[in-house]
Amino acid sequence: MPGKDDDSVILEMRETRVRFKMDAGLLKAVDGVSLSLRKGATLGIVGESGCGKSVTAGAVFRTLPSYAEVGGDILLYEKDGKRLDEPINIAKLNPTGPEIRGIRGGNIAMVFQEPMKAFSPIHTVGNQIIEAIRLHVEPDEGKARRIAIDTLGLVGISSPEQRIDEYPHQLSGGMRQRAMIAMALSCKPAILIADEPTTALDVTVQAQVLDLINKLKAEINTSVIYITHDLGVIAETSDEVAVMYLGKVVEYCAVDALFHDPRHPYTRALLRSIPTADKRRKGRFDSIRGTVPYPMNLPERCGFFDRCDLAEEGLCGRSAAPMVEAAPGHFARCFKVEPYAAKEVV
Amino acid sequence: MRSAEALTAPDPNRLLEVRGVKKYFPITKGFLKRTVGYVRAVDDVDMYINKGETLALVGESGCGKTTLGRCVLQAIKPTAGEVYFTTRKDERVDLTTLPYDRLRVVRRDMQMIFQDPYASLNPRMTTLNIIAEPLVCHRLMSGSRLRGYVRELMETVGLNPHHLERYPHAFSGGQRQRIGIARALATQPRFLVCDEAVSALDVSVQAQILNLLMDLQEKMNLSYLFISHDLGVVSHISDRVGVMYVGHIVELADTAALFDRPMHPYTKALLSAKPVADPRRKSHRIMLEGEVANPSKLPPGCPFHPRCREAAAECGERKPEWREAEPGHYIACHRA
Amino acid sequence: MTADATLGGKSTRGPLLGGGRRKARSSYEVASQWRLMWWKFRKHRMAMAALPIICIMYLLTMCCEFFAPTLPLTRFKSHKDCPPTAIHLFREGEFIGPYILRKDSGMDPVTYRRVFVDTDEVVKMGFFVHGEPYKMWNLIPTDIHFFGPVESGGEFFLMGTDSLGRDVFTRALYGGRVSLSFAVVSIFFTFVIGLTLGGLSGYMGGFVDGIVQRAIDVIMSIPGIPLWMALAAALPKDMSSYTRYLFMCVIMSLVGWTGLGRVVRGKILSVREEEFVTAARLSGATHGRVIFKHMIPMFMSYIIVSITGSIPATILGETSLSFLGLGLQAPTISWGTLLQDCQTIEAIAQQPWKMFPALFIVVTVLMFNFAGDGLRDAADPYK
Repeated sequence: MPGKDDDSVILEMRETRVRFKMDAGLLKAVDGVSLSLRKGATLGIVGESGCGKSVTAGAVFRTLPSYAEVGGDILLYEKDGKRLDEPINIAKLNPTGPEIRGIRGGNIAMVFQEPMKAFSPIHTVGNQIIEAIRLHVEPDEGKARRIAIDTLGLVGISSPEQRIDEYPHQLSGGMRQRAMIAMALSCKPAILIADEPTTALDVTVQAQVLDLINKLKAEINTSVIYITHDLGVIAETSDEVAVMYLGKVVEYCAVDALFHDPRHPYTRALLRSIPTADKRRKGRFDSIRGTVPYPMNLPERCGFFDRCDLAEEGLCGRSAAPMVEAAPGHFARCFKVEPYAAKEVV
Repeated sequence: MRSAEALTAPDPNRLLEVRGVKKYFPITKGFLKRTVGYVRAVDDVDMYINKGETLALVGESGCGKTTLGRCVLQAIKPTAGEVYFTTRKDERVDLTTLPYDRLRVVRRDMQMIFQDPYASLNPRMTTLNIIAEPLVCHRLMSGSRLRGYVRELMETVGLNPHHLERYPHAFSGGQRQRIGIARALATQPRFLVCDEAVSALDVSVQAQILNLLMDLQEKMNLSYLFISHDLGVVSHISDRVGVMYVGHIVELADTAALFDRPMHPYTKALLSAKPVADPRRKSHRIMLEGEVANPSKLPPGCPFHPRCREAAAECGERKPEWREAEPGHYIACHRA
Repeated sequence: MTADATLGGKSTRGPLLGGGRRKARSSYEVASQWRLMWWKFRKHRMAMAALPIICIMYLLTMCCEFFAPTLPLTRFKSHKDCPPTAIHLFREGEFIGPYILRKDSGMDPVTYRRVFVDTDEVVKMGFFVHGEPYKMWNLIPTDIHFFGPVESGGEFFLMGTDSLGRDVFTRALYGGRVSLSFAVVSIFFTFVIGLTLGGLSGYMGGFVDGIVQRAIDVIMSIPGIPLWMALAAALPKDMSSYTRYLFMCVIMSLVGWTGLGRVVRGKILSVREEEFVTAARLSGATHGRVIFKHMIPMFMSYIIVSITGSIPATILGETSLSFLGLGLQAPTISWGTLLQDCQTIEAIAQQPWKMFPALFIVVTVLMFNFAGDGLRDAADPYK
């Protein structure tokens, strides 16, 4: 896996864990995730609800509730446009401290599924964007307003001079999402985390927003972590993809390999079960039997064991599956996947 | 206005026929609730469904597909229009004029599966009581016979019949949706409205439920009105597809015809907008400009013309007719 | 972003289960709404502590004849304004069981005020002692008292006596019966009015809704105490105490139903839009079945919360009115009328024990508020 020596890596997660302390036990929402994000690239994280993809984002952004316990390392290699000699370990920062607040917004920005939740309803969209800019980039109010207007224009909001003084509820769903992207991008962050940004939108609006994110990424050279449950969206946006299941990354590879040479049985089943218009025929879908187990007090074995067609009692049912490098740069967490050069990675 | 031939012919295969259905929600203001305008949620819709067939309605949020589905079942009374339904006794009745008690009896033959598996089950009732509800309401069964039958139903939809006494909160989303399906099937209806029945579910579970719906259709000769925003799902499950845009059906055709040879510019844009799960195939998107029209302030003429790249002067003046462009391929567009 | 949001509805299972014990896991699936509410309520410590205290309060006051050491109207002529009697257990270092020392009254030579001094005369105390005869709940004639001097006629005043020589503790228990039952009865009327008018308003909508809502606005805009006073002043003076009690209940509920009415209307409006209500209608359920089987159970828990919340207000309302002499009137004993004795600074300064009824009020109101808090948390166990 790419490491510290690799100059292009801007953010690296090493064995990141998030546990929620509940009355009934420990909920392992994220269970040893190792991923790295390259400069200017998009890392897609895909999985079904409850797989821990959003919690992973929350761990990077450190916005998890107080009963969440973040473990492992989350290393940030670049701050304010400069390469750091010693990376900042976000996982070790105080989630309410000044350091993380300096990183949030300025270096790492986030776009949420529900823009209404990100904007305060009692301030105009413009005020909120200007506030962020004055905090991180440009303290002068007039200049900050100029930047805000420019950014709103950049995300395709028509007549931004007028829209900047409108309240969030005055904008339509698609416009609100654009405004939130504008707020996230106004400080030119090095990393943008997009958590299901188009899930609440209609397909035609989703198409516009996806287009926008891709265009902006190229323009301001931002690295993106794109979180979604929709493999179609992943195919359109990502360079590298991590498939998550039960808090673990089960497959991690380049986007092309994921769709054309998937190795993990879960990824394969998932790809088969998407109904797409082009492989249309009236008939049965390939589905995955059973449901995702609840991630609490689980036995020590492959998480996909119950639902997998290849599962072998003596092998997969005994211990957690190891991460195997199936092809160069293509990792899968499965006993049944052959390592390409018998090289095992933890 | 509409092409009468196809719709008026009394076809023995017809299960449901919708004619000129409109639903206008009044916008009221002030203490006296004065009506100041209307939201035209459904505006003059014609369609039919044959026995054993699946008709899908697709469209974006706010296009009126859910309202139309509820108007068909009389969950919402339509403002105008007729809904003819053939009951199990082969009676052809107009649901809109049926008195309350007759309608209640007809409800045995038509049921609904809801989008939200959490909101559509009464959290205070056990699985047994939820599934038995239609049977109890129609006084069809009681006691141990009812219990046994509910067990059978649960098995049919893939639930463990031992979970009879459990409450909905003990089930996952997919399982809850199965409970909803079992309830809908309890009276052995011939027609089901599936309102975004799988939209709230994860892909892997969604596939399970779609398979179940298709199996049941085969087994019980069910007809579906399948309402969805997901073109992928629709392309697999339906025989015919109608595309809706702000209260109007703009195109309706066989599934293959619609996906292979879409005629309406909106259908084309919609089809191209769906992300394809293949990074090698860069899609050729038709980007729609502007916003969906406001159903309380519809533009004159074709409701789609302000966003349509093929629009001509005529589109802004006259509402396009609902016509049969090819056999079985209906469209409302001046330009196609 | 919380764990709930990311893990879907499933995570609610965690905190909920924690309330129950291990074995609860198997019964969780088949737990009804009320059982879930109870599990959630159980996690609220204050509410759990308040519950037994409320129960004890009601037990003490509803069976006050038995628990009171004497009768509320018995006057101990030689013991007017007598301070509380202390209960002792040890006599000269030796345990001899609970006893009191008989008090003798005398005159303070400096202030000429009557004072009480303990004599050496030991009066043994005991449980289930014979005392003044009474009729339990006006039915069973007996003379057994829960606690008191073993020999009848002993002058034992746990909370002192008032200016007429009547036992304050006894009177507080009898007063509690009136005040606490008053709360329940007037809440019943509130419930009937609030449910009917709020229900009509929500279910029928339109014109009816407008009228009811404006009525609520008007009632809510009038300050509570003057309104009660006006209504209470309208009652004829020569009313029997029993009818007066009922009328006061009606007055309290006429003023107090508005909050409940709003809650009921709001709940009906939201429940009416619930998908499962539509589902029931489409299943062929009749109007009645939809209302009684699906809609009312849905907001019953909220109504209970709302009612528990308004019990303290009712108790306080009754006490304030009676204190002002506008509510219940002597000879009816309620916490409010008892406190009328403390209307002078002198009484508070010289005979502070006359304030004991206020302690009962404070404890009761606090406990109801705690219990109400717990209920509010538990009202929607599915969240």
